[in-house]
Amino acid sequence: MSEEIELMKGNEAIAQAAIRCGCDGYFGYPITPQSEILETLMAEQPWKTTGMVVMQVESEIAAINMVYGGAGCGKKVMTSSSSPGISLKQEGISYIAGAELPCLVVNVMRGGPGLGTIQPSQSDYFQAVKGGGHGDYNMIVLAPASVQEMADFTVLGFDLAFNYLNPVMILADGVIGQMMEKIVLPPFSPRKTAEEIKKLYPWATYGKSKDRKPNVISSLEIDSVEMEQRNLKFQRKFQLMEENEIRYEEFETTDAEYILVAFGSTARICQKSVEIAREQGIKLGLIRPITLWPFPTPILYQYTSKVKHFFSIEMNAGQMVEDIRLAVNGKAKVDFYGRLGGIVPSPIEVVEFVKSKIA
Amino acid sequence: MSQTNSSINEIIKPENLVYKKPSVLNDNPMHYCPGCSHGVVHKLLAEIIGEMDIQEDVIGIAPVGCAVFAYKYLDIDFQQAAHGRAPALATAIKRLMPEKYVFTYQGDGDLAAIGTSETIHACNRGENIVIIYINNGIYGMTGGQMAPTTIEGMKSSTCPFGRDISLNGYPLNITDLLVRLEGTRYVTRQSVHTSAAVRKTKKAIQKAFVYSMEGKGTSIVEIVSTCNSGWKMTPEGANDWMVENMFPVYSIGDLKDI
Ligand SMILES: Cc1ncc(C[n+]2csc(CCOP(=O)(O)OP(=O)(O)O)c2C)c(N)n1
Ligand code: SF4
Repeated sequence: MSEEIELMKGNEAIAQAAIRCGCDGYFGYPITPQSEILETLMAEQPWKTTGMVVMQVESEIAAINMVYGGAGCGKKVMTSSSSPGISLKQEGISYIAGAELPCLVVNVMRGGPGLGTIQPSQSDYFQAVKGGGHGDYNMIVLAPASVQEMADFTVLGFDLAFNYLNPVMILADGVIGQMMEKIVLPPFSPRKTAEEIKKLYPWATYGKSKDRKPNVISSLEIDSVEMEQRNLKFQRKFQLMEENEIRYEEFETTDAEYILVAFGSTARICQKSVEIAREQGIKLGLIRPITLWPFPTPILYQYTSKVKHFFSIEMNAGQMVEDIRLAVNGKAKVDFYGRLGGIVPSPIEVVEFVKSKIA
Repeated sequence: MSQTNSSINEIIKPENLVYKKPSVLNDNPMHYCPGCSHGVVHKLLAEIIGEMDIQEDVIGIAPVGCAVFAYKYLDIDFQQAAHGRAPALATAIKRLMPEKYVFTYQGDGDLAAIGTSETIHACNRGENIVIIYINNGIYGMTGGQMAPTTIEGMKSSTCPFGRDISLNGYPLNITDLLVRLEGTRYVTRQSVHTSAAVRKTKKAIQKAFVYSMEGKGTSIVEIVSTCNSGWKMTPEGANDWMVENMFPVYSIGDLKDI
């Protein structure tokens, strides 16, 4: 069968991929620039085909707690929102991490703080990779740079969430959410049956059968000794993620003397900047972290043996730059260039900045 | 001797059994204060789940509040929710597994303060769940602070001179509000302070469970309860105080049954 190539927005791609990968439930609340996810799902009516539940609910808080409830039953469930809504979800995300449940959370970022702007931004980087909610937890954060990756990471995100029993976040921005590109959607895979869930996720609350003790989904442990052990177990899990799940992409780095580090739509812009710089004889390269957590720390560190100057390009006031500085650990210079308030930097702007710093 | 034995055996026949620990209630010692209503309601739930033979098909949601550990006592699958969010969890669980019985168990702070939105919207959507609502007029777990349901003049650690309407507003009678929502099917207010009241509450909860499988909307069983520790009263004194002061504000009986 020939591949089905379709033209769609990033947000639509997430919705279509969710239906196709056997998602059981989506719970959301409208907010620009991601409402097309809920709109697409409502228009597709997957409850009539795959049986997927789709609900527009009263708030982002309700939505994330519905995700907790569904995930606790071993179901493949997700929510999406944009920055202010993601702030509201933080308590729920922390509970999900604390109860070791799998789920997918999509943040199509807009500019803040506060109500801010509906224009694209990357200013929720810290919130996504440094916890966001309370307590010691991490989650894998995937940063798509194309509409294709919006679809692919929906599938991947669920897989990772179920592998580690931990929330996974797709951290996109308004550009990726709204732009249209040609993509190949993932193949259809059916939702898991009740029997499959019982076998695969024996911890889930689907009703206590006679042959086992009750299953309890909870993040609560009053005994500090037990709670410390539980936390150490979480830390071992996060370490496994750091060892196995780092994803990144390199562009023109083999002979690079200077390296741009950028994620999401900014990485697309920086790719163009690299081309322009090279036309001008500047050996510029690009590393695009795909997982913002775990961050490609060892990869950046390796590059310090030949590259002495890195540039963090972001649509915020300088957030990822801190992780780059930690990664290079003093072995290279790190400069930051960012635009704020929903302004997307141009490729030329980035090249001019690099030139001003290396002159 | 054989005479006595045979007469004992005569007596301990199943048909003569008037009281036993429900099998769905496990042997974990309860953490509730002696005299607290929570324990009685737990026992009722255990009895009902056992008698209806739905142990394999029921999922409970524990709140944040004194009943946070409800899952330690009932031998069924349980989820523990963030403070106030139990109806959101229940909504998802029931929608994803409509063949299961799903109930929340919530205090008045959980249901009528921080969780007001989730409560109202779950009821308004007519989710086919059961909400067990323990209204003891106070925040028990955190040490006796004022609840949305604390009645006028009642003392708590955050209204030490009694609830003052001009300062704290009126007690929230949320059940009366829920009655008016199209999505609710059965709304009742009961108590567990006498054996007659316990029997009525049991019938109410049973009805709510049955209704939740008929797909006609949300069932709420409010149980006006005592928190003798938080109220700083003896269990008996708390019962009397409840009858005298809380029942006039929270009147006992069915509010809606369709
Ligand atoms: C988000 C959040 N806010 C506050 C608390 C603290 N807290 C725990 S229980 C509780 C009140 C519980 O009172 P109620 O729901 O009336 O139940 P009771 O203990 O009386 O049974 C509060 C405020 C919390 N755990 N989480
Ligand atoms: S503090 Fe109050 S509600 Fe909590 S267990 Fe004690 S009596 Fe019951």
